[in-house]
Amino acid sequence: MGVKRTTTGTRTGTSVKEEAATPKKAPYLLITPAWLVIGLFFLLPLIFIFVISFGARGTYGGLKPIADWGAYLLSGEFLANYRQSLEPLYWPIYWRSFWMAVVTTGLCLVISYPIAYYIAIIAPARWKNLLLALVVIPFWTSFLIRTYAWVLILRTEGLINTVLMQAGLINAPLDLLYNEFAVMVGLVYGELPFMILPLYASLEKLDLTLLEASSDLGANHPSTFWRVTVPLTMPGIVAGIVLVFIPSIGQFVVSDLLGGAKSMLVGNLIQNQFAIARNKPFGSAIAFELTAVVLLLLLAYAWWSKKKGQEAML
Amino acid sequence: MPDSLETSPQFVGAREPAARGATPFRWERKLMGLHSALVYFFLYAPIVILIVFSFNEARQTARWEGFTFQWYGKLMENKLILRSVQNSLIVAGATTLASTIIGTLAALALGRYAFRGKGATQAALFLPIIIPEIVFGVALVTFFGAVQFQLSIWTVIISHVAFSISYVAIVVRARLAGFDRSLEEAAMDLGAGPIQTFFRVTLPLILPGVIAGALLVFTISIDDYVVSSFVAGAGATTLPIQIYSMIKVGVTPEVNAVSTLLLLVTVVMILFAQRLQQQSGDGGNKR
Repeated sequence: MGVKRTTTGTRTGTSVKEEAATPKKAPYLLITPAWLVIGLFFLLPLIFIFVISFGARGTYGGLKPIADWGAYLLSGEFLANYRQSLEPLYWPIYWRSFWMAVVTTGLCLVISYPIAYYIAIIAPARWKNLLLALVVIPFWTSFLIRTYAWVLILRTEGLINTVLMQAGLINAPLDLLYNEFAVMVGLVYGELPFMILPLYASLEKLDLTLLEASSDLGANHPSTFWRVTVPLTMPGIVAGIVLVFIPSIGQFVVSDLLGGAKSMLVGNLIQNQFAIARNKPFGSAIAFELTAVVLLLLLAYAWWSKKKGQEAML
Repeated sequence: MPDSLETSPQFVGAREPAARGATPFRWERKLMGLHSALVYFFLYAPIVILIVFSFNEARQTARWEGFTFQWYGKLMENKLILRSVQNSLIVAGATTLASTIIGTLAALALGRYAFRGKGATQAALFLPIIIPEIVFGVALVTFFGAVQFQLSIWTVIISHVAFSISYVAIVVRARLAGFDRSLEEAAMDLGAGPIQTFFRVTLPLILPGVIAGALLVFTISIDDYVVSSFVAGAGATTLPIQIYSMIKVGVTPEVNAVSTLLLLVTVVMILFAQRLQQQSGDGGNKR
């Protein structure tokens, strides 16, 4: 973004001294409050748990004091939490977090593309703003409440079971809640707008004459779609994938409310270490690993955008 | 995020279907229309069901046993809920005020000046949006514990401000991108000082962006559960924390009623913010 003109009003002449001083100091004065708050209460705590992740749990849930630093570092004991986090005991949780995030992302993409296409290209112009607003509204409303709504629908005395029983289709209520299926539904439901919106933004910019050209040159619809539309909307697709995958893999509310003991995700594991198990160093190590995964994904995304010569959509 | 994803009115209506061969067949359009209708149903049905249930006489079942307002009445008698609503309003109000001011200042710095550390500042502002909330929550509670900062309503406010500044900065900065600097120069030429120019010219022009940012932060703060659940002290229970603990105990019609009210508040705020963004033209599209 252009920040070319840094000096203003040098023409006035009345307060030249003041004017000359502002451009240098002004940005620092303006940015200081933000740096103070984010530095003290965001970056510092993150650095703090990073440091703690190399420590050991003390008797009362605090940190164990280290007697001999040299020995501690040399013995590799400081990596104990990271070693523990890689024990087979936790593999199922990581694996579940990963595949659920992947499937959520895939489902969101498949569900979102046609609707984004519909809003951007097919829908009558006068409906577009409304259709888009209808996607945006759930995007901003309480994630917690939208997740809770599924408890009402899926639970044993919930809507689906009640309707099916009354219709005489089933004799005993189905187990729809507190399993991986429910978590999956909740994840897709919660993340869907994050996929539709970037796809829409991409499709909206699509030059329709290119589709026409493809068609004129003899390509049929599927071939035009796969060879023109999809490549041209790739920025939206990738942005949507990033926007859905990242929150899904760090999810904690959905799996806590809709999942059972067997659908624990990484987020729940971290929460557990702080709220229940009181093993902060271990919890910090996993939290840091999760952060590292997220940052790596974003770096990959930034690298991809740069390679493609496109401005990142995020 | 939000600003790049909003409607772009200038495009709407500008697109005529291209030649016949390029546009989807009729059945393809129909199918996509049907699919879209189903997706909208999927998005809204749970919300509608929740709202309908909040007026349902039945306490335990999903059967409709008649219309009632009694659950809303019960809310008004529930001291825990009222207290949590009060806490949430204090937190969201204070967060909005603080982060709007700090975020707007940051946006001004980023939007108009080239300065040392600009890249680092942008990265630092980007972090709160991408770091998983759970990580931020556990980091803060550990940090507060280590520096012996007693958990209270203040710790909730501080945490919310810390992750809200970024949202304001992004929204306001987007608004600044379409800003005509010559208006400020004119004010200065006419003898206005920097402070007068800011309040009389700059602020009114970026105000829609500032208000949109403030509304956005208010909804994020009033909805936040994950971070608050870690940093709220005793007696600082916010509405989402209260709702969460009620859900954990079991489904009750009161939860449906209070959720419906919270939905209503956020939807009103969003519609307001959307209107402002649309009024402020395409300011939000340039990122």
